Amino acid sequence: MTNKIWVYIDHFKGAALPASWEAVGAGLTLANDLGGGVTALVFGEGVADLGQQAFHYGADEVMLADDPTLLDYRSEPYAGLLAKLAGDSAPDVILFPTTSRGRELAGMAAVDLKSGVLVDVTALEVEGGAILATRPIYAGKLFAKVGCSAKPELITLRGRAFAKPEPDETRSGTLTEVEAVLSEDEIAVKVLDYVQADGGVSLTDAAVIVSGGRGVSNNPNLEPPGDLDEDGQEIWRAQEGFKLVGELAKVLGAAVGASRAAVDAGYIPYANQVGQTGKVVGPDVYIACGISGAIQHLAGMRTSKMIVAINKDPDAPIFKLARFGVVGDLHEIVPALTAALGEKLGK
Amino acid sequence: MKIAVCVKQVPDTAAQVVVENGQVSWGDAPLVINPWDEYAVEAALQKASDLGGSVTVISMGAENETEALKHALAMGCNEAALISDPALEDADNAAAAHALAAAIKKAEAELVFFGKQAVDTDTGMLPGQTARVLGWPAVTLVAAIQELNPDMIKVERATEEGRQVVESKLPAVVSIVKDYGEPRYPSFMGIRKAARAEIPVWSTADLGVEAPAAVVKWAALSSPPKKDIETEMIEGADAGEIAEVLADKIMAEKVL
Repeated sequence: MTNKIWVYIDHFKGAALPASWEAVGAGLTLANDLGGGVTALVFGEGVADLGQQAFHYGADEVMLADDPTLLDYRSEPYAGLLAKLAGDSAPDVILFPTTSRGRELAGMAAVDLKSGVLVDVTALEVEGGAILATRPIYAGKLFAKVGCSAKPELITLRGRAFAKPEPDETRSGTLTEVEAVLSEDEIAVKVLDYVQADGGVSLTDAAVIVSGGRGVSNNPNLEPPGDLDEDGQEIWRAQEGFKLVGELAKVLGAAVGASRAAVDAGYIPYANQVGQTGKVVGPDVYIACGISGAIQHLAGMRTSKMIVAINKDPDAPIFKLARFGVVGDLHEIVPALTAALGEKLGK
Repeated sequence: MKIAVCVKQVPDTAAQVVVENGQVSWGDAPLVINPWDEYAVEAALQKASDLGGSVTVISMGAENETEALKHALAMGCNEAALISDPALEDADNAAAAHALAAAIKKAEAELVFFGKQAVDTDTGMLPGQTARVLGWPAVTLVAAIQELNPDMIKVERATEEGRQVVESKLPAVVSIVKDYGEPRYPSFMGIRKAARAEIPVWSTADLGVEAPAAVVKWAALSSPPKKDIETEMIEGADAGEIAEVLADKIMAEKVL
């Protein structure tokens, strides 16, 4: 491989995550400064089509490892293969999307390659031939500029921080097939089963997020079923409240988020938590319903382009970050907003 | 079975974190165990109790950075050790992984728990990297442990797409996420025991390890750019009117 910039294409069952193509876009920008083209790495089984997609998005070389041992991502065969390829061809930079797989793979390959990882980067610049990366720390309360003095530099890129290139189906390039480095009996981890999530929009990829906080449980007009105890009644009320949040999200094609208070109270699973100990998100629009805005929550969503806050308390800190605010009862405002936006969006 | 759990001391998540003279400052906010590590300690204690084993809690930092270790001891860990050495002051993730791997060997652990990541530097590198240095498999983002015996562990992992069930041979490194379940509170007896505990400090010489020089360099720190946000409060006679005005305003921003 002649290119010095490589991009790892993260996928789930053959479908690339959007952040993989954003990473190809970031790779092309780096290639402008550093010379050469972009080589995409596609590991899996039956994933040749992803290689073609990588060409469409702008890679001019693809390294394809198609092998039954690579069907599901597993760190040992993937990191072993990546380290072998990078050891042989000595690229300068390997980019990854900051997904759970990309993060783990970059870290483990870095140990083999005696290099370092710049993690969850939101901006890249080239100064005198050296890459300087910006990454949020303390969940975005601060930013650090970091660099790596060893090669290859492994860099994971935060989803939605880099623009996705326009695919062009007429583009193609050089595809090289490579072999897996471990046989099945050399791999300690076996994937037994998969329980897919319930199909909602993923928080980290979402362009729009509607979130609920403790306030979702405060609808006085609801009468919970009589056989529930006090905690059960509170959770029942909250789940009714989250239905309103979910309906607004559905009209907007949005993901559903939650504050830590709502998660800790058992209203909604942890997978929905936004904040310092949940997911850090940066959508175009973030609608906070009944969230007062603890510092840990604000840290996790403050880079949202536009924030809308609905809260009963006019002094809630969330209003300081909001472009639009409504002081009122979310149980009245949210359904009305769902209807109004639904009509304007033709849904 | 000997179990180890690795923890980090971090500023409380409620801290206002700022840059002061080029350094991170969290004012007088308390230093605590990394919140994600509490789930790892809980998992370690439960599994040690199920299997009849002991738990060694390991941390790395300056010689006085023992808050996280004391919290884990108070929760019920049997032993603690602090890796501390001037040579590790500027350690990057990979250097830290080498030091932790050596400490895990010294503690003779066969199963190691980590939290998902630390809330200060937010890299999440150490579970995988420490496993790689040890030559052990990494089983990360574990939401539930279905089965554990001296030879294997079977878990549910929380990934972007849902729950993945995997099994792995031991020894292994496991990282735990919040779905695992609420960590226990330190008991009164535990707190007294932790306060009296003499925590051994392990230098790189004690560990017989030479951590690689850091290759990840921090060039500069900054506060996020102040966003100039003009908040417009929407009012109206009733919810319908407010919603109508708000919907128009949102549409006018052309972000949907």
